[in-house]
Parts: sequence; C-alpha cells; structure tokens
Amino acid sequence: MINKKVKGVIEALEGVQNGMTFMLGGFGLCGIPENAIVELVRLGIKDITCISNNAGVDDFGLGLLLQKHQIKKMISSYVGENDEFERQMLSGELEVELTPQGTLAEKCRAAQAGFPAFYTPAGFGTEVAEGKETREFDGKMYVLENAYRADFAFVKAWKGDEAGNLIFKGTARNFNPCMCGAATITVAEVEQLMPAGSLDPNEIHIPGIFVQRIFEGKKYEKRIEQRTVRTRN
Amino acid sequence: MLDKNGIAKRIAQEVQDGYYVNLGIGIPTLVANFVRNDISVEFQSENGVLGMGPFPFDGEEDADIINAGKQTITTLPGASFFDSALSFSMIRGKHVDLTILGAMEVAENGDIANWKIPGKMVKGMGGAMDLVASAENIIVAMMHTNKAGESKLLKNCTLPLTGVGCVKKIVTNLAVIEVKNDGFHLLERAPGVSVDQIKKATEGKLFVDGEVPEMNI
Repeated sequence: MINKKVKGVIEALEGVQNGMTFMLGGFGLCGIPENAIVELVRLGIKDITCISNNAGVDDFGLGLLLQKHQIKKMISSYVGENDEFERQMLSGELEVELTPQGTLAEKCRAAQAGFPAFYTPAGFGTEVAEGKETREFDGKMYVLENAYRADFAFVKAWKGDEAGNLIFKGTARNFNPCMCGAATITVAEVEQLMPAGSLDPNEIHIPGIFVQRIFEGKKYEKRIEQRTVRTRN
Repeated sequence: MLDKNGIAKRIAQEVQDGYYVNLGIGIPTLVANFVRNDISVEFQSENGVLGMGPFPFDGEEDADIINAGKQTITTLPGASFFDSALSFSMIRGKHVDLTILGAMEVAENGDIANWKIPGKMVKGMGGAMDLVASAENIIVAMMHTNKAGESKLLKNCTLPLTGVGCVKKIVTNLAVIEVKNDGFHLLERAPGVSVDQIKKATEGKLFVDGEVPEMNI
C-alpha cells in the first residue's frame, strides 16, 4: 500500500503559490472542498485561476476567496447567486471564462485521461466556439476543446482510505471524480478517513492512483442553497 | 390561454413510457407533476442523478442530494448517482430521450437563445449548450411573447445563441408549434385562442396547415 495520508489541511496544501491554477470540485455548494477553501483563504494566496462549475455564494465556498480578492480568473459554467462575484466581474477586477457544463467536466476528464483535446457538439454556432477549430463528423458539426491544465485539484469525498481510494455520496460526487488526477497534485479531503483495507475494493469510485494527498476534513457545514421541501398530508 | 401549469400539463403528454427525461429550470420542472402515473419514466438531473423523486419532507432534506437547480430532492427506487462527465455522456451520447427547457427566443430555423442578455449580468449557460447541441428530441416550454408583448418566436434570434437548428417543438401559453425546415408549423391552439391571435404573436414564418385543433388537456 502506498500511503497518501497527510496529517491535515496544512500539510495537504503544501506548495500552493500565488498565480497557480486550481480545480475545485462541487456543484453549487454541494460536495465542495470546504477545508481546502478555508485554508487557501488563511494562506492568502493571490492571483488564483479557479476551475470550478460555480463560484459559491457571498459568504461560503469560493465566495470566501472572492471576498479577499484572491481570485484572478474563474472558469465556470454558471456563476449566479453571488453579489460580490458580479461586482468584481462588472468592475473588471475578475476575469471570467464561461464554459458549457458538460465541456467543463470533459476538459477535466480529458486531463485525467491523457487526452489533449476532444470534439464536442456543445457550443457550435455560438460565441463559445469563436476562435476554435470546428469539424464535421457524419454530417454534424463539432468544436475542438482543449483539456485543462492545473497545478492542484481540490476534491471532496465521503469516505476515503490511506491508499487514497475514494467513495462519494449522492450528488456531492458531481465534478470531484473528473478532477482527480487532472492536476499535478490532487488533494482529497474526506468526511471519514479509514485504514487501508476497510473499504471494499468493489465499492471504490476513484482509485488512489489519482490522488496524491488525503486527509480527514473537519466541521463540514454542508450548507444547502435551495432548501425545498413538501408538506406531509 | 394557458398558464405555466397548463404548458407543463400539455408537455407532459409528450412524455412516453420508457423515456429518460431531462427537465430544465422553470416551467419544465413542473412537467414532472403531470406525467401519467401508469407509465415508467426516469428524470435525469445533469449534476448527476437519474431517478429523481419529489422534494423531501420537511426535516428529511439531505445537503448531499440536490438537483441541477440546487434544490433538495429525493430519489426513487432504481435511482443512481454518477459524476458530471458521465452525466453529460448520457446527454451527448443521446441516451436521454427527451429534453425540456425554457427559452428567451426561438427562431424559425430552430435556433435557440436562452442564456445571455448583452448588457445584463451574465450568469452562464450551465448545461444548456450541451443539452441543445446533443438531444434529438427537444421541447421548448415558454410564453409566446415577452413581458413587453413582443414575440419570442422569431425569424432570427437577436440574443446570443445557445444552439443552432436544434428545437423541434415549442409549447407556449397560446399554441403547440412544430419547427420544420421551412419554418414554424401550427399544430394546436390553446383553449379559447384563435389562429389569428397566434399569427399576431408570432414574428417568424408560421404555416397553418388546414384546420388547427384545440389542445386536449
């Protein structure tokens, strides 16, 4: 067993520097690497490029990094629900690159899988395809999209073991598995970190080979963005 | 004339037994409430769940189980969770049978615009571009005109496009319209709505082929 366990978030983020590109898992506030984000705020790293489907809300998730003006550029598919984001974007402080959601996921997965680029039909004929190579296959048009490159990927899983194997829960899975192994260093934070051998190999979603550092996160808030319920009758 | 629930009710008639369906935010979400209960249908949400159920009861919500609108949801027997790349493999790979989404504008050639208004805050396209570029069966649910009373069924879209030549059917508060190679074709009228009213509210080329029946809802 190759042990990927580090003591905590401080060791896990060793080597992060100003100007780096980070991938961060999560959809909305669901399945975001809460501990890594808080540590990035504490470290005060600046000029970050973030590849993340969303940009958090004003006082949680990536919104915390925005508040401190630590993000230079956001690469996302949807960035509503965040006033500070809007302010920085409109004032030109923050650079924003909007990418179709499936393309964003696949650009991560391509980096993980060793593909430099791929063709997708998404965005053909729209401003997303401007300046990009297009090509026809079987009578349909496709856009060439490059794989992402990142220095660190910060992902969050439900359970993990010392070997770096990961199991996700519910829709908190989202972009997290696609980002594992898609950056130079993948840091996984988990709710429960177990000794190697305690997770069933049949149940592993992401094998430890895609993860360089793993630690057990603390105090998961798991904030709900749109609490929607029905009444019993 | 239909209200939003009426539009959803009419679209629900398009959902067939054995369909995997992706519902967009807004009117499309309401469609789930009107699907016949004697057929088997699974709802996909692009953040990574198939077999979506109703909203949870108060106190039973789980922060780790949400839909693409970030609302708390439940799952039904047979449901599955998966990552975002696999989710869009279902969409891009045409495994999802029906996509229902909203729009700001649809053109007579099937172009759709629903993600950006220049000069206003741009929130992003989310999964809309992937959905419209891939799905073969796309139904647009929207009001026939905008708040200013202007037609949303146009000769050409004026807003930045989400996808080109992809919309096949439109259900509005006034009509059911099919988009063919030569333009819009009126299939059905909403209850109490005349062909003339629909013509007036449609800027793009509208074909009226013979007697147009009233919707049966």
